[in-house]
Amino acid sequence: MLGLISPGQNGQITPTELCQKCLSLIKKTKFLNAYITVSEEVALKQAEESEKRYKNGQSLGDLDGIPIAVKDNFSTSGIETTCASNMLKGYVPPYNATVVQKLLDQGALLMGKTNLDEFAMGSGSTDGVFGPVKNPWSYSKQYREKRKQNPHSESGDSDWLITGGSSGGSAAAVSAFTCYAALGSDTGGSTRNPAAHCGLVGFKPSYGLVSRHGLIPLVNSMDVPGILTRYVDDAAIVLGVLAGHDPKDSTTVPINKPLVLSSLEDVSKLCIGIPKEYLVPELSSEIQCLWSRAADLFESEGAKVIEVSLPHTSYSIVCYHVLCTSEVASNMARFDGLQYGHRCDIDVSTEAMYAATRREGFNDVVRGRILSGNFFLLKENYENYFVKAQKVRRLIANDFVNAFNSGVDVLLTPTTLSEAVPYLEFIKEDNRTRSAQDDIFTQAVNMAGLPAVNIPIALSNQGLPIGLQFIGRAFCDQQLLTVAKWFEKQVQFPVIQLQELVDNCSAILENEKLASVSLKQ
Amino acid sequence: MAAPMLRWGCRGRRWALACVDGGSCHRRGAPTGSTSNRIRGQSSVAQQPLHTAQKPRKGEHKWAAVVGLEIHAQISSNSKLFSGSQVRFSAPPNSLVSFFDASLPGTLPVLNRRCVEAAVMTGLALNCHINKKSLFDRKHYFYADLPAGYQITQHRLPIAVNGSLTYGISAGKECGQVIPKMVRVKQIQLEQDSGKSLHDDLRSQTLIDLNRAEGQLRVDANISVHHPGEPLGVRTEVKNLNSIRFLAKAIDYEIQRQISELENGGEILNETRSFHEKLGCTVSMRDKEAKQDYRFMPEPNLPPLLLYDATSLPTGADPQQVINIDQIRETLPELPSVTRERLVQQYGMLPEHSFTLLNEVGLLEFFQNVMKETRAEPKKVTSWVLNIFLGYLKQENLAVSESPVTPSALAELLDLLDSRTISSSAAKQVFEELWKREGKTPGQIVSEKQLELMQDRGALEQFCYSVMKDHPQVVMDVKKGNPRAINKLIGLVRKATLNRADPAVIKEILEKQLSS
Repeated sequence: MLGLISPGQNGQITPTELCQKCLSLIKKTKFLNAYITVSEEVALKQAEESEKRYKNGQSLGDLDGIPIAVKDNFSTSGIETTCASNMLKGYVPPYNATVVQKLLDQGALLMGKTNLDEFAMGSGSTDGVFGPVKNPWSYSKQYREKRKQNPHSESGDSDWLITGGSSGGSAAAVSAFTCYAALGSDTGGSTRNPAAHCGLVGFKPSYGLVSRHGLIPLVNSMDVPGILTRYVDDAAIVLGVLAGHDPKDSTTVPINKPLVLSSLEDVSKLCIGIPKEYLVPELSSEIQCLWSRAADLFESEGAKVIEVSLPHTSYSIVCYHVLCTSEVASNMARFDGLQYGHRCDIDVSTEAMYAATRREGFNDVVRGRILSGNFFLLKENYENYFVKAQKVRRLIANDFVNAFNSGVDVLLTPTTLSEAVPYLEFIKEDNRTRSAQDDIFTQAVNMAGLPAVNIPIALSNQGLPIGLQFIGRAFCDQQLLTVAKWFEKQVQFPVIQLQELVDNCSAILENEKLASVSLKQ
Repeated sequence: MAAPMLRWGCRGRRWALACVDGGSCHRRGAPTGSTSNRIRGQSSVAQQPLHTAQKPRKGEHKWAAVVGLEIHAQISSNSKLFSGSQVRFSAPPNSLVSFFDASLPGTLPVLNRRCVEAAVMTGLALNCHINKKSLFDRKHYFYADLPAGYQITQHRLPIAVNGSLTYGISAGKECGQVIPKMVRVKQIQLEQDSGKSLHDDLRSQTLIDLNRAEGQLRVDANISVHHPGEPLGVRTEVKNLNSIRFLAKAIDYEIQRQISELENGGEILNETRSFHEKLGCTVSMRDKEAKQDYRFMPEPNLPPLLLYDATSLPTGADPQQVINIDQIRETLPELPSVTRERLVQQYGMLPEHSFTLLNEVGLLEFFQNVMKETRAEPKKVTSWVLNIFLGYLKQENLAVSESPVTPSALAELLDLLDSRTISSSAAKQVFEELWKREGKTPGQIVSEKQLELMQDRGALEQFCYSVMKDHPQVVMDVKKGNPRAINKLIGLVRKATLNRADPAVIKEILEKQLSS
């Protein structure tokens, strides 16, 4: 049920064959709008080189020949990087983000750049210039069958679901079997949220563990490259490749030993904390119930489960809003139409050019956040907003420190308030309202710099994925993933059934763990 | 862009300027275009006494000026403050620009160790307190040559604070007197330089060069005036002064302008002004009239900069990864004030001469090299280096390193003078020949031009005798007791010997002959 199959069960496959299968799936699922750019030629060339290495017995490791996708806010040398914004349409970076380079150095195949909310500002993957991303689960057998049972549900495609965001393209890409792993970014939950809605493992590493060089920033002090995979083991493999000090990112730290994920047999020495402030009225009863069952599961297997308090939780989202928009205002200042990206036709003055370029280049969400952020940074407001928010941020970080100091190893919380909602439902509220709702359980982790991971636990009554979040101590990413792996094994989350959608094309990929892909030599 | 810059803020210093007749230009009425040297001396930063004790004439108001300087100095380093790209003078535009320098999205600053060391060294040299923890901030404004839309600087917690610099000014009517003065240094901060805009008015275009690395010194001067005992006046900021001379002129002008404005019932606006070099006046920079809010914010991509000293150094720390203040202190070269003191002690030099020797790049070394090779008195050497040698350099606008005369050549020349082989006027002639770079030694020039002093006393006595015989009237004058008349005879004898005779010897012979 977990989907572990022995290597080579479906017959061995060459990197090129695997690459072509994925490319064909990308085409078949084009309507999901998961990719902004499909780098077909690059991927095939990389596959060819990988194949040569396999033939010569010089495979570079677990990722050699493995198709991956990268969110379109990571710089990729020679491949357009847009941040789903008019501002960067046509911008081709001359360098690779460190994380991209590390994946390529391991022989991974870059299938393409995935869709997102403009500059990663959003929680639905609905607010990018290339249009919204559709959740593959909208077309799953599990969801379709449940809908048929409901006499009120409309037929047809009009009520497709959002993926969550902002890394919705990466989540859809992995979920629809077009790649094994995808890079997302996580500033307030942008990797974990779509992972929860798409039934994936969505891992946000500790701040400072993985380089941000080349990631086009949203909030430098909170951004972390995220990893989306189907299984915890796969996330660990990717993390093992990405983690470590990067001389180009002064906020990264060296790691002393390689990351190895062992199987946890015994949880009796484990202490799981349940933060009481995370039980909010808006939480869906179904998720609340699963959260409680997960806690019971740990307890029944011998772990200590205790209630903990993170007393400043309720101030977190507004504090996040102030800090996020302030850094956004600053980070977006470089997009002035002079050096790269969009430039308007107006040339009456430099100031007029700046204004028109930025009005045309950014959507309402980005412009709104720039406006708020500049307001908070004004000399007369700085103390009252920015400094105050920084102080609250410290209190929030200390809440976590206190919880962990009380003996808790890992915190267990919901990832989202509810399962994925239909697009038409989602857009009834504006981006700001949605972000405030959807980041509620996730952004505090970013403010504290902690590692956190979404693990899918079960399908809802509607047949949609529900995930829970595990939060670990800073730089205890390995311990966190070890616990997550144990939990993953217990819950046996079902595989998405997309046979109707992709005509069994995915048979070879389905149920396949990255770690057990058997590439022909 | 992003050439490393050190920014020093000198705390506003104040001095009193009295409105008196004659000695001061700070009279009532509109400022004139030019200022007297006297006033330049008073108000320029390097020479202005903190309080000039001039008594105001009865019924006139006393004004005090407060001046604070923001000094931008480029750090001499191989690469930029936050990127690995090089720093090189006069490189082709935009040829030394990294992805970070061009502010490509996703690039991050990485602090240059050499720049931090230079900042610490500067802080130590200026008697600052070195902050063991300092922070970086972003300062935002839109300008075409600021590609990130913000500049990384140290606004809240700079690397060094509370320093002082002592210096001397020449004062008094004789101007030979050096009065020690002190200026307070508020802070030293590491700052990324912005780009360079080149305005092409003809095509109404602006070209941007992101190399940086030019304009080694730039000063912004903040100036206000007030009546002593009353609150400080509204300040103006004169931006982008790139020479000490213009800095002094701009401050002079601005103080006068403000006094005159206020005395005529006007008011001073808190504004940015620029100095018009040709007209010698400051003008309001209209384009920056709107008050800027720089929206300072901590730079999130640079962790706090931590420095250590011998006591706080973590055990087993990799020396490549930490910066040790004590270690930098040990590598500090002798500071100018110490050198000047040493020169005065060692050579009996006048303090003002020690200043001149140090103010010209390479001049001290030149002087010391001459001293090593010559038997001449230090006083003589000082006089030749500061008057004749420096005079020739200034006349041709040359640096010491470009001098056609080597220290060895000057040493040899001074030896010839010292041994009375040549006269001092002949020595000047030799120096002029040396300046022509014809590759001859002073000895060769002296013998070719026959500039040796006449050593043959008999022949010299003959010259004296002839001159006296030919000028009986002058001889009479001497005998009548006119003390200056003998000088005329000496001059005539020197002329007759083609300047090859020692005037002292001539005088001795003449006196002997006259009294006989």
